Amino acid sequence: MRKMLVAVAAFGLLLAACAGNENPVVTTSPGGGGTETSAAPTTAAACAQQSSVPFVNAGTLTVGTDNPAYPPWYAGGDTQGTSWKINNPATGKGFESAVAYAVADKLGFTNDQVQWVEVPFNQSFAPGPKSFDFDINQISFTPKRAQQVTFSDSYYDVNQALVGLKGTPITGAASLSDLKDYSLATQIGTTSYDYITNVIQPNKEPGAYNSLADAVQALKSGSVDGIVVDLPTAFYVTAVQIPDGVIIGQFPNPEGQAPEHFGMVFAKDNPLVDCVNLALSELKSDGTLQAIQDQWLSSKVSVPVFSTS
Amino acid sequence: MSVPGGGGAPELYELPPGRTDLPRSRSRLFAGLRQEGAKGVLIAVVSTIAVFAVLTVVIVRSPNWPTVRQSFFDWQQFKSSLADVAPKFLRNIQYFMIAEVFILSWALLLAVMRSLPGPVFFPLRLISIGYTDLFRGIPTILIVYLLGFGVPAMQLPGVPRSNAFWAVVALILSYSAYVAEVYRAGIESIHPSQIASARSLGLTRLQSLRFVVIPQAIRRVIPPLLNDFVGLQKDTALVAFVVAIPEAFKQGQLDVSATFNYTPLLAVALMFLIITIPMTRLVDWLIARERAKRQGGAAL
Repeated sequence: MRKMLVAVAAFGLLLAACAGNENPVVTTSPGGGGTETSAAPTTAAACAQQSSVPFVNAGTLTVGTDNPAYPPWYAGGDTQGTSWKINNPATGKGFESAVAYAVADKLGFTNDQVQWVEVPFNQSFAPGPKSFDFDINQISFTPKRAQQVTFSDSYYDVNQALVGLKGTPITGAASLSDLKDYSLATQIGTTSYDYITNVIQPNKEPGAYNSLADAVQALKSGSVDGIVVDLPTAFYVTAVQIPDGVIIGQFPNPEGQAPEHFGMVFAKDNPLVDCVNLALSELKSDGTLQAIQDQWLSSKVSVPVFSTS
Repeated sequence: MSVPGGGGAPELYELPPGRTDLPRSRSRLFAGLRQEGAKGVLIAVVSTIAVFAVLTVVIVRSPNWPTVRQSFFDWQQFKSSLADVAPKFLRNIQYFMIAEVFILSWALLLAVMRSLPGPVFFPLRLISIGYTDLFRGIPTILIVYLLGFGVPAMQLPGVPRSNAFWAVVALILSYSAYVAEVYRAGIESIHPSQIASARSLGLTRLQSLRFVVIPQAIRRVIPPLLNDFVGLQKDTALVAFVVAIPEAFKQGQLDVSATFNYTPLLAVALMFLIITIPMTRLVDWLIARERAKRQGGAAL
């Protein structure tokens, strides 16, 4: 019996080891898209032609995002006959939709070859086969997250902002220390929860709601004094969902750290990320990315930055 | 509901009638082991090893096992999450302790309302039946959502605006419907001769309910009541859906979203098990003790 057990264990280990070898380790660093070998493609289109680049559906670029597709990331409505809520990502309207189509174009896909799939945030990083080639859903890069999935380079450098109700005391806050005595909440999945607990360190324990809709509801009904969302979402929330809401300020980048950025999410070590990074750098150098940003996102400049004193 | 043997009625938690050789072991884990002696133990050991070996091979052979192991069984992550989650679990304990007190009393009231006889009490019976039908028929998570967000949104003056307050109220409303049914089963299991005797001693209907029926009924339903208590303990995780301030499950979710690693949820599961497993064993033990008592009584 014991011999058999040992054999079973050894067999298991062997299999585990084999399984580990099936996925060749990709050692390219983000941004450094495989330039060390002479055969490496230099354009996104050439990169996507390589047979080593796997697609979920051949000949199609399958892009994931969460449903509902909120403005300003998605726009244009047009959800009739689809399962999408608020906006249909396939219209090319809205920041992330436009970025996805621009990337697809650089990779050599026509608009018709782009398929959108619904990927709840929690599913985007679940281990196992992915239903998407990449997921574009306002997901912030962090080193810890990058151990589980592969992120593209930044397609948007994001700042978090605080939204409150007009006429409430919290709207007078100008510095991070002014916020200490208020009850603050975020949405699960954003990086702002850590920011609140570590940087603001409020006296009341901060909260996190399961969805943007829940956080908005809590602010409206007075359960919390302020909610922290990314700045473009803050513009949308105050314009549409909470008419008497106001953006109190945006949070500065933590000192000595790179600005927070959104990246597209790939299955761990998916080589397609190198092609998308090439596409993003082409979009940055030819000004397309900036133009898309100017078209769909409000300027950050109009919102005061909380002082750190 | 007449059963030979006097005061006894079918128990809610009893095995099929006619079996008198019921094993006394609390959890049935060792069922059939003692009778077989050393041979039984050997068979159990071999069979256990075989089953676990097959399970191990199946799991480890799954094509994505290395990834799954890293995402769900990261020891470093587990330790750091446990430190995050454990203090937040105090909130779950607080939620279910407060809720249980109200559930036990409110449900008893509902059950009594339902068992009141006569035309005068028709409206009370109607309310009680309607209530249990309604709240047993709606998923608890929906009640938590509707109350947790709905009531604070009404902004009624003098009414608490805390999501947590209303989430716990939702648990109370939902669980008291189940517990009322447990009480009712207990009340109905008391033999009518008990009431007749009490009445013949000069007790009023209400007095006989209060002093004769309910005390016996409650004693009889303690194990199923504790079962529902275990259910309530687990369902405090539902509070996370409307309350922003993290309890154990929400803290686990926050850790998952910060790391994209699912291991924190195992830490949360462990916290619940620490409470629920001893409770389940206690229920088993109580049932076994009650059964032993009854069998002792029947033998007289």
